[in-house]
Amino acid sequence: MPPSATFLASADSEALVFRAEGDWLLATAAELDRRLRALDLPNGRQVTLDLAGIGRLDTAGAWLLKRTDKELAARGNAVALANVRANLAPLLDQVWTHGAGTPLPHPVPAHHCLSGFVARIGEVTLRLMRRVYSMIGFGGRVAVTFAELLRHPRRLRLPALIGQMEQAGVDAMPIVGLLSFLIGIVFAYQGADQLRRFGAEIYTVNLLGIAILRELGVLLTAIIIAGRSGSAFTAQIGTMQVNEEIDALRTLGLDPVEVLVVPRVLGLALTLPLLVIYADFMGLLGGCLMSWASLGILIPTFLDQLRSAIGEWTFWVGVIKAPFFAVIIGLVGCYEGFNVARSADSVGRLTTQSVVEAIFIVICADAAFSILFTLLRI
Amino acid sequence: MASDADDFVIGVHGLVTRFGAQTIHDGIDLAVRRGEVLGIVGGSGTGKSVLLRTIIGLQRPAAGSVEVLGRDILRVDDAERRELDQRFGVLFQDGALFSSLSVAQNIEVPLREHFPVPEPLMAEIAATKIAIVGLPDDAGPKFPAQLSGGMRKRAGLARALALDPEIVFLDEPTSGLDPIAAAEFDRLIGDLKASLGLTVVMATHDLDSLFAICDRVAVLVDKKLRVGTLAQHLRDPHPWIQAYFHGPRGRAALASEQLPPAADPASAARLDPAVSS
Repeated sequence: MPPSATFLASADSEALVFRAEGDWLLATAAELDRRLRALDLPNGRQVTLDLAGIGRLDTAGAWLLKRTDKELAARGNAVALANVRANLAPLLDQVWTHGAGTPLPHPVPAHHCLSGFVARIGEVTLRLMRRVYSMIGFGGRVAVTFAELLRHPRRLRLPALIGQMEQAGVDAMPIVGLLSFLIGIVFAYQGADQLRRFGAEIYTVNLLGIAILRELGVLLTAIIIAGRSGSAFTAQIGTMQVNEEIDALRTLGLDPVEVLVVPRVLGLALTLPLLVIYADFMGLLGGCLMSWASLGILIPTFLDQLRSAIGEWTFWVGVIKAPFFAVIIGLVGCYEGFNVARSADSVGRLTTQSVVEAIFIVICADAAFSILFTLLRI
Repeated sequence: MASDADDFVIGVHGLVTRFGAQTIHDGIDLAVRRGEVLGIVGGSGTGKSVLLRTIIGLQRPAAGSVEVLGRDILRVDDAERRELDQRFGVLFQDGALFSSLSVAQNIEVPLREHFPVPEPLMAEIAATKIAIVGLPDDAGPKFPAQLSGGMRKRAGLARALALDPEIVFLDEPTSGLDPIAAAEFDRLIGDLKASLGLTVVMATHDLDSLFAICDRVAVLVDKKLRVGTLAQHLRDPHPWIQAYFHGPRGRAALASEQLPPAADPASAARLDPAVSS
């Protein structure tokens, strides 16, 4: 049998004969497809599909035969099969009865033209508004559950809470400490470099103290925790959603918000301020060592200058923001977790989304705090 | 083709599987003939899926050899493995469809990888497979998350059949399906076997499937495999096999297969030497 397939049309008085020869397989389908499409099909004739010369046949080959049959019939030809070998009959039968399958086009994204683009902007805006709406709703539910727990403190899950505090807080200490320390060093170095030109090296300490205590310590920690814990919340709750564990909780009479969300959000709200204090300390330590190394400012001098630079509120302005940021990160992380559809794909997508959203909202909130503190003249 | 009886497509010899200190299989031998449907049964945790995964080459055994389509699956190089991958298909327990791709795209994955044909033809072949496994036309653009469990299994089967393999491995094909869907799935596998000349190896818990479509059954007991026809297993004195095939469910399946519709318990017992003695 020839390895490839051929296709002959021989005019025999009235009736036309199509001869299919060789192996009609997936491996030869591309070539066959090309030949079949190049063919000039007759109209309104008597056509016989002669399969005597067919060697091996698989579904793809059978489909090509069926397609030819269909196309011929559509042109008003009377089509008949001839010389079907017994061992090919079941497969041909299968494809003939089922193989009328027409591929349906995939829905094409509509934003390729201008009107599609505008429609997409509207779509995204509406979706965003719906999200904000439902996120606020989720926050409200958590708040109500939390208020109820305050009235019945025994229902608070202490082991879960402490576990969350350990995971979000203690386990994050190495990375938060190291990064704060490095930022302190970088800041001291850059500040010293600029301020030296004015002979005002000592003000490096003021720069460091205010920047780290007011903004950098808390913002840096919040961003690290959003990446570390916020994403973990989404992934954990999302995976539980995929496994129907959330539904199982509900049917067992447990409130998923009470069991899963409150310990996470509360744990984060309790640990983030502590982490911020720790980050402040590590940042100042890095700055202090760098000032000593590059400017020769001794530690007692550094501390004296620091004391004179910072007001009584400077430290608290940073720390007070921490629980708010923690609640934002926790709520966004859990909210996105509950949004997971039942596929692994969506766990990944929403985890990314939760981190980006949390960081975005944290920075917006930080800006709002700045305005607030300016108004309060702190 | 030579005589069907000794044309073996799978040969397993002295297979030993261990997880840590736990031995799952202790010297398993199995030979699967071309064109037969072999059912693998066994209690939960006896390693049915592990055996399947070992034959496919996803799991390395502690000892023994596995030969699939004349090649030692434990010693194939990458090129041989690629060639072998085209000749068998696998339906995983829950379909294992790629969740980020639509059903049609799932079926096109192996086509694209092994036989890149023009795009329109690819779509037509995918649509043909979708129709052959009994899915409606509009299932093609749907994503796995939008399908029911039964449809996911059919879609998984369509992907397993994408390259017209010689062997398909099915891991619990009817679990989680309602009896009607399960019976339809059995019939589908029977039809496909007849039309495509498939060899089918399936791990299953479904007694109805065993009675309906399996030519031979391999039972995993005591870390060994006992292979035989159903009639042979029905006579096997091993207590687990007795309990399995002659329990209430086994008897019901047996009755529905072999007896006239109005079967009474007495006639079922007559068929069943262990119970009547």
